Amino acid sequence: MLDPQHARKAFHAELCKKFAHPSNQCSHSIPRFCSAPSLNPILTTPKSSVNLLLKFWSSSIGKKWLVALTGLALLGFVVAHLVGNLQMFAGAAKINAYAEFLHANDKPLWVARLGLILCFVGHIVATLTLVKMNRAARPKAYAISRNVQAKISTRTMALSGLTVLSFIVFHLLHYTLRVTDPRFKTVAEGGQLDTVFDVYRMVVLGFGNPLLSGFYIVSVGLLALHLSHGISSVFQTFGLESKRSAQWMPTAGKLLSVVIFAGYASIPTAVLLGFLK
Amino acid sequence: MNLHLKVWRQKNSETKGHLVDYEARNIPEDCSFLEMLDLVNEDLLSRGDEPIAFDHDCREGICGMCSLTINGIPHGPSETTTCQLYMRKFKDGATIYIEPFRVGAFPLLRDLAVNRSAFDRIQQAGGFISARVGAAQDANSILVPKTDSDHAMEAAACIGCGACAAACPNASAMLFVGAKVTHLGSLPQGQPERERRVLAMVKKMDEEGFGNCSNYLECEAVCPAEIPVTVIGQLNRDYSLALLKDNL
Ligand code: HEM
Ligand code: SF4
Ligand code: FES
Repeated sequence: MLDPQHARKAFHAELCKKFAHPSNQCSHSIPRFCSAPSLNPILTTPKSSVNLLLKFWSSSIGKKWLVALTGLALLGFVVAHLVGNLQMFAGAAKINAYAEFLHANDKPLWVARLGLILCFVGHIVATLTLVKMNRAARPKAYAISRNVQAKISTRTMALSGLTVLSFIVFHLLHYTLRVTDPRFKTVAEGGQLDTVFDVYRMVVLGFGNPLLSGFYIVSVGLLALHLSHGISSVFQTFGLESKRSAQWMPTAGKLLSVVIFAGYASIPTAVLLGFLK
Repeated sequence: MNLHLKVWRQKNSETKGHLVDYEARNIPEDCSFLEMLDLVNEDLLSRGDEPIAFDHDCREGICGMCSLTINGIPHGPSETTTCQLYMRKFKDGATIYIEPFRVGAFPLLRDLAVNRSAFDRIQQAGGFISARVGAAQDANSILVPKTDSDHAMEAAACIGCGACAAACPNASAMLFVGAKVTHLGSLPQGQPERERRVLAMVKKMDEEGFGNCSNYLECEAVCPAEIPVTVIGQLNRDYSLALLKDNL
């Protein structure tokens, strides 16, 4: 009896001869049966995982994945940081103990910090590369251009992102490195708990300045604007979107960013109104 | 009705273009936008001037050849194509800006006509089925669930006009490519080449110099075929899975 595998191969070879592409390449869907080279070069490229990452990065969709993955990691940090900060409302002892706990574990802390820095760099490099490509894709602008349904948050992603970036630099100098306010130097001694650095006192002192508090609130507002577009975009970038989820995703994104804004803005507001002192 | 037109005039891709003012007089309300331009052109010809070049073919909203960005919106204030836009949508005495589709990958040929072959090349890269699926009667033996055929049909409505790229602030072609990938990838006949197709089409799309989707959703708003933006999600998903499968 004829080996069925053999028979199929022979049949395929016949077909290939009959319908051969002018370039003598096979466009058949079962290339493993065929000795002719495939029509599509992608199928024959060598396979290695380095190649995969490179290919991913070099494609437009791959860059968007990097933006989304790093953006999600940053969002994770933004939420965790908020939960930590809200302990301000639980009293000085609580937030100071939390700060103490973080600094006592400085190895994991530095791993997390390095990861965050990498995410930031990746996010910014990828988005700015995309922005540059997108500008280049329309060399001549319209005399009149009108948006039909694009949202403000969408149109200002690069702007809100860069403002957030400059805010983060200031924020690090302010509360992490403590170089902008000379009063913070004495907080350790003058604080309620003299064994640890008094984070609570520092924040109350810092946000006592209405101008500075205002700056924080506006910046967090821009972060929320960035995220209200960002969160729903992540679903689209990962291809998780469906007809049904497309209806609730933008709302979910808006809701989460409103919560983030309210949470972060509540601290300077509470200090200004004298609830935290 | 009478209209003030500001029309982009440009001899060819080498010369500089500019907006030129024209008065369109005694235009019947039931004229289509292209017929209005025909009347303006007849007037220009009778005065010995060069007529305005613009693209068109079927004039019934199915071929995707007409273009034009009207007051900043590709295909103008209609839900469909420019050829199906009627002058009654405009107010008497209105000023109308008419510009070509402005996309780097669609080089300008003359006045309002641009070369959209970049879309043809993306289509040729993989927007087809070459797997042999038998003769006509075999189609009946391939069962397609109604939801899948509806899904495919919705995406298949794309007429390849290029308005999505023209409307996108990033000049991205992803609504078009997403429509093709969704259309062919939703049917059993499209499965054998599903991965090759999406990889090849996205590669070509990038090579042609289109931008990337930032979810402005302007494409969906102007698309005469009402292609939903969810096809871009499907494109992203199919592409990522195909790249992984192809390399692991
Ligand atoms: C805490 C900081 C940040 C967070 C949590 C964050 C989060 C996100 C998220 C979730 C997205 C959506 C990803 C997607 O499209 O799938 C996004 C997009 C974007 N981000 Fe950020 N981001 C941050 C900082 C920045 C900074 C500093 C920049 C400055 C360049 C920036 C620029 C952008 C741009 C331009 C996009 C849109 C990319 C596109 O859709 O084409 N972001 N961000
Ligand atoms: S997706 Fe819509 S706008 Fe884009 S080419 Fe197809 S029909 Fe035209
Ligand atoms: S001319 Fe064919 S769609 Fe408008």
